[in-house]
Amino acid sequence: MFNEIGTVDQVGIEERVAKYTTRSIKKGSKLFGLKLAASMVDLTTLEGKDTPGKVESLCRKALSPSDDPDVPTVAAVCVYPSMVRHARRALGEDTPVRIASVATAFPSGQAPLRTRLAEVKAAVGDGADEIDMVINRGAFLAGEFQLVQDEVAAVVEACGEATLKVILEVSELETYDNIRAASFLAMRVLRPNDFIKTSTGKTTLNATLGNNQVMLEAIRDYYLDTDTPIAMKPAGGIRTAKQALQFLIAVKETLGDEWLNNTRYRFGASSLLNDLLRQIAKERTGAYQAPYYFSEAAESY
Amino acid sequence: MPTVTSEKKRPAARSAGRPAPELIFGDLWEYDPSPETADPRLKARYDHFIGGRFTAPASGKYFDSINPANEAKLAELAHGSAADVDAAYAAARKAFDTTWGRMPGRERAKYIYRIARLLQDRAREFAVAETMDGGKAIKESRDFDVPMAAAHFFYHAGWADKLDYVAPGRKVAPLGVVGQVIPWNFPLLMLAWKLAPALAMGNTVVIKPAETTSITALKLAEIFQDAGLPPGVVNIVTGFGDTGAAIMTHPVAAKVAFTGSTEVGKIIMRSLAGTDKKMTLELGGKAANIVFDDAPIDQAVEGIVNGIFFNQGHVCCAGSRLLVHEPVAAEVLAKLKNRVKVLRIGDPLDKNTDIGAINSKEQLGTIERLVATGVKEGATMFQPACKLPSKGYYFRPTIFSGVSMSHRIAREEIFGPVLSVLTFRTLEEAVEKANNTAYGLSAGVWTDKGSRILKMSTELKAGVVWANTYNKFDPASPFGGYKESGFGREGGRQGLLDYCKLA
Repeated sequence: MFNEIGTVDQVGIEERVAKYTTRSIKKGSKLFGLKLAASMVDLTTLEGKDTPGKVESLCRKALSPSDDPDVPTVAAVCVYPSMVRHARRALGEDTPVRIASVATAFPSGQAPLRTRLAEVKAAVGDGADEIDMVINRGAFLAGEFQLVQDEVAAVVEACGEATLKVILEVSELETYDNIRAASFLAMRVLRPNDFIKTSTGKTTLNATLGNNQVMLEAIRDYYLDTDTPIAMKPAGGIRTAKQALQFLIAVKETLGDEWLNNTRYRFGASSLLNDLLRQIAKERTGAYQAPYYFSEAAESY
Repeated sequence: MPTVTSEKKRPAARSAGRPAPELIFGDLWEYDPSPETADPRLKARYDHFIGGRFTAPASGKYFDSINPANEAKLAELAHGSAADVDAAYAAARKAFDTTWGRMPGRERAKYIYRIARLLQDRAREFAVAETMDGGKAIKESRDFDVPMAAAHFFYHAGWADKLDYVAPGRKVAPLGVVGQVIPWNFPLLMLAWKLAPALAMGNTVVIKPAETTSITALKLAEIFQDAGLPPGVVNIVTGFGDTGAAIMTHPVAAKVAFTGSTEVGKIIMRSLAGTDKKMTLELGGKAANIVFDDAPIDQAVEGIVNGIFFNQGHVCCAGSRLLVHEPVAAEVLAKLKNRVKVLRIGDPLDKNTDIGAINSKEQLGTIERLVATGVKEGATMFQPACKLPSKGYYFRPTIFSGVSMSHRIAREEIFGPVLSVLTFRTLEEAVEKANNTAYGLSAGVWTDKGSRILKMSTELKAGVVWANTYNKFDPASPFGGYKESGFGREGGRQGLLDYCKLA
């Protein structure tokens, strides 16, 4: 498996991504990038203390992030399975904002397979458009690659029409070689425009430019080999507009224009949205606005 | 049934006649211009710097320095003659006898530290001047040339009071006056490489920067004045080849050091035959960058790009010959082409520019001529479809595949953004091909296998062998060549030994 897909050099890839941070994005290109990033946000709340009221306020924010009519709606809201029906009620049936639900015993994945599959089916039944699953990291680290892949395949089937996002939980895989291998394991059973995703946001290290790049390169190699486009979602740890632009630069220079849209690229984040709005307002007015001008709806990861 | 390994069957869409998938690097999200705006503080006319003062040339003649990015005149430079060189050597001799040569090392260190700090203070200004003068991308002069030049001064300042430990058990003494001539590819950095060890050891210097890139040297002379460096310790004479020849052959010089082409190096060596002058030469190269089938391919591609397109390929240790293991040759070439498509060529002052302007019209002509030879001899050429500015000297990054060892583009130093791709089957063949050149400056090895790195580094006849990286420099690491790439080392303890007498 590892021999066939090739290895990743840690020093080399970190040097590569450091160059993305020296790109200088100004004026029109900055505004375009900020709006693009806003349209890619999966506005997320994943807390034990989530309530229908919190989810409803998140949905309102997703539909109209700011007073500026030029700012697009976000791509999706991302909630726990028990909150899916509340989100559906808040958003209605006819809405541009999709509902994503984490499932499969998120974030650990430590539940029997049939329990995890039942959770997926329940979330889809409640109206989820997208399912964010976690892979079985224990099995991966024990070398049981086939088991990991079979489970992903089973979740694909359970999803039906819903889009699947496969969370690799990169910080528990630890090496770039493992991240690349896990990406290939998942991609080989995914459908076009299903996602691979970095993290749950529940561990100390989440999305970084380095692991984002490893996954983008895996997606590129798989696409050029099989003609199957897989989408990408970094999640957790992306809090500022500046970071988001750096991730988008990585997409532009690795996968090209066809991935610069919210079908193929998402940000799993919550506080990022308001920083994007703040920067958009700054580009428009030339001055930074006070944070209290932007409604809070989603303080989480 | 899903499987761990890919089934490698052709997807239905492709067998139905659809083209192979491609990545689209288009204009959906263009970066707006982002020029560096620091003021380079250029003067309209630069004189020689002799005896601590800016001095008009004896001949009264000046020549123009051109910005290769837009062909505009930047400044006038003094045209040095034998009389100017004489004056410079007299000033250097006097400084050696009266101040610098007698000064304790710890005192010299203070001046050199001061130069390093003043250069850091004015880093942005120097970066912009360097880019305007030589055409290199601002991100390189900002992130590499200027910081690295300062690092060389810092490093050698540290040595100045510890010279008793350069050669354990021996005493060291300075040589006297040193004559130096440097090239146009890293004007400020080469200046620092040459000056810092000479000064730390207690020598005084007469130096000539290249005629196309003298401005940052003369700006550094302003820093020497600000630092209070005693008059005559560093003397800068500008001009062409004849000025350089006068410096190299001057009777007062105890040692000469030259970085430049092998052709000129040979002429200098001939002219010094029969004299007792010491010399070091750092000349051309045609480095092999060797990629084995177990290498991390994406990072190797990054290293290949860095190896040949860094500073528009105007690098003596550029990895201009790519030797790639046959099992991965097609994959490496495909990835390389995709990578080159996102390189940005254009205004060197733009912070997003990856490849700037070719240094001079002459050099552009040389590159064009050699590339035409490559096409004529039957190699396959690839260039990305990027727009070039209408004015100025630019050349697209170029990759030749299907190159064999007998092609001229595989043998001659092109000194431009042109890569020749060759293949090999076994380690022995790789070594054989890598060493089959008159040069021996540097080489790169890409493999996951540590033992193979060690074996290659002993078999390759090159002064520097990089493993799983390329173009890495450090003041503490000696740099220099084998065979027709020259002799002597620069940097580290070994570099200092080339600027002293052992007693």
